[in-house]
Amino acid sequence: MKTMISSSPAPAKSAVSETPRDLPALRIWREYRRSKLALIGLVIILGLVAVALLAPWLSPQNPYDLAQLDFRDGRMHPGSAASSGNLTYLLGTDDQGRDMFSGIMYGLRTSLGIGFASALIAGVIGTLLGMAAAYFGGRTDSIVMRIVDLHLSFPAILVALMILAALGKGIGNVMLAIIIVEWAYYARTVRGSALVERRKEYIEAAEGLGLSSMRILMRHMLPNCLPPLIVVFTLQVARAISLEATLSFLGLGVPITEPSLGLLISNGFQYLFSGEYWITFYPGIALMLTIVSINLVGDQLRDALNPRLQR
Amino acid sequence: MTSWILRRLGQAVFVMLAMSVIVFIGVFQIGNPADIMLSQDADQMERARVIAQFGLDQPLWKQYLLFLQAALSGDLGNSFIYNSPALGVILDKLPATLELTLTAMLLAVLIGVPAGLYAGLFPDRLLSRTMMAGSILGFSLPSFWVGLMLIMLMSVQFGLLPSNGRGETAELFGIQWSFLTLDGIKHMLLPALNLAFFKCAIVMRLTRAGVREVVPMDYIKFARAKGLAPSRIVGVHVLRNILIPVVTVLGIEFGSALAFAVVTESIFSWPGMGKLLIDSINVLDRPIIVAYLLLIVVVFTFINLAVDLAYGLLDPRVRVGTAS
Repeated sequence: MKTMISSSPAPAKSAVSETPRDLPALRIWREYRRSKLALIGLVIILGLVAVALLAPWLSPQNPYDLAQLDFRDGRMHPGSAASSGNLTYLLGTDDQGRDMFSGIMYGLRTSLGIGFASALIAGVIGTLLGMAAAYFGGRTDSIVMRIVDLHLSFPAILVALMILAALGKGIGNVMLAIIIVEWAYYARTVRGSALVERRKEYIEAAEGLGLSSMRILMRHMLPNCLPPLIVVFTLQVARAISLEATLSFLGLGVPITEPSLGLLISNGFQYLFSGEYWITFYPGIALMLTIVSINLVGDQLRDALNPRLQR
Repeated sequence: MTSWILRRLGQAVFVMLAMSVIVFIGVFQIGNPADIMLSQDADQMERARVIAQFGLDQPLWKQYLLFLQAALSGDLGNSFIYNSPALGVILDKLPATLELTLTAMLLAVLIGVPAGLYAGLFPDRLLSRTMMAGSILGFSLPSFWVGLMLIMLMSVQFGLLPSNGRGETAELFGIQWSFLTLDGIKHMLLPALNLAFFKCAIVMRLTRAGVREVVPMDYIKFARAKGLAPSRIVGVHVLRNILIPVVTVLGIEFGSALAFAVVTESIFSWPGMGKLLIDSINVLDRPIIVAYLLLIVVVFTFINLAVDLAYGLLDPRVRVGTAS
């Protein structure tokens, strides 16, 4: 952030209307809102996160409380009324009479939760390893980066399949698979920016003061490596959600008791051919909205956080 | 040059060994290896035989060497379901996956290169911008989702193309192929499109970037000044210079297409290696899983090696870079 403030000369026009030292967050926001599409993406993803967080209070029924399900209501069209009369199935029901609208809300919870948590853990691991590689150099660097290169030469889906084939399905194993798949992207990104930072004078100054490596890495280097890291994190959340959905669709992901969007899609897939499209289509739309809006946000953040692009 | 190739070969062998250790530890050591190699209904005698055969009473490094020795001679255990050597079962499914993947790569080139040329030559037209925006979807959407939409639109809604299985096959070199019959091609179109979607996006963006880079160059201006027809300039002078990166990426993407065939084959019930893997994971047919993973690691390492070697031949800077 420090470099961003100092390296961009304030334009003459805005210097009058704006305080000379405004917050980086405000500056980034001004840059971010230039794109309407990215703003729409941000609104959608914030809305989806809110829905996911508040699902138990917002949803018309608890789709996993069997007492609330009515088996007579199986595979009903969107907009039909429940046979109990006090509920309208906005997006139809699945084969067990589960309200798809509620199911999708809960599915979002699982999908976003897994995606966010695993991208975050992978981020912490990758960041630590990437910074260590850049800071210590030499053997540490070559070992870490060799593993990263090897890792990135195999497609994510294959690595994830290997892990799940060995360990079996389940939320924990899916998260582990995503973390193992994703850490290398962070490591490579962080190493790149940490190598640049390492040569700067403030690191030299910190070393001159005799600070410990840990303190230099955490307090001095990390904040300056954050902008690219935030972008990678955003995009990796989308990748994590997409990978989890794929694995769950293949039947190797989350258990049936806690379905994600991918598993909902998978459950409805067989009914697609008999014309009951809504069981699989609407969860699919929710998944698409999630992934596309996160990508829109990430892409715009990349521009907003890039000091070279600042006008 | 020779030493560079040898070094690269050495690396490839190292990678394969490392991956075999990982698969070995992952599949054989986590959980009880005897359970993995035995079907559920095996009796005590069978159990003792397997423990002796795989040396499960031996130290770990010795077990690994035994495993490696068996693997190198092509013995990766028998499938519980098919009751025949695992490697053979997988290789039987190889032609189906291979023709699907190759068709997908062909589609990616046939769609991606012209689209990229157009978007690069006319960057401001509406169609170009739409295609560029669409290619972002191609990158970010999960491939199973795209497959689902294809089925919904093309098979269920309009009933244009089948979405299930290989269709009619015909024999060539003693192997059944779908691409030799009209029905087979119809069956192959949707899964191949699904698999090609992501590659199309990459090829298109790469071609577009190449065109934008090459068009302002002097030799293109010169070709124009000479009065060459635009079709010749684009078809020969532009295209030839952007194809090198495209071909390289296609090499890498071929490997990933093989991996993503797992997803596509599952959606379209295409009876290839990928669907076999998922089915085997679901019924815990572990010898098949192990054989598939080892086979794909070997294939991948060779593809990476081939791409690297091709790159080294095409671009001398790569060789100089590694030598110094």
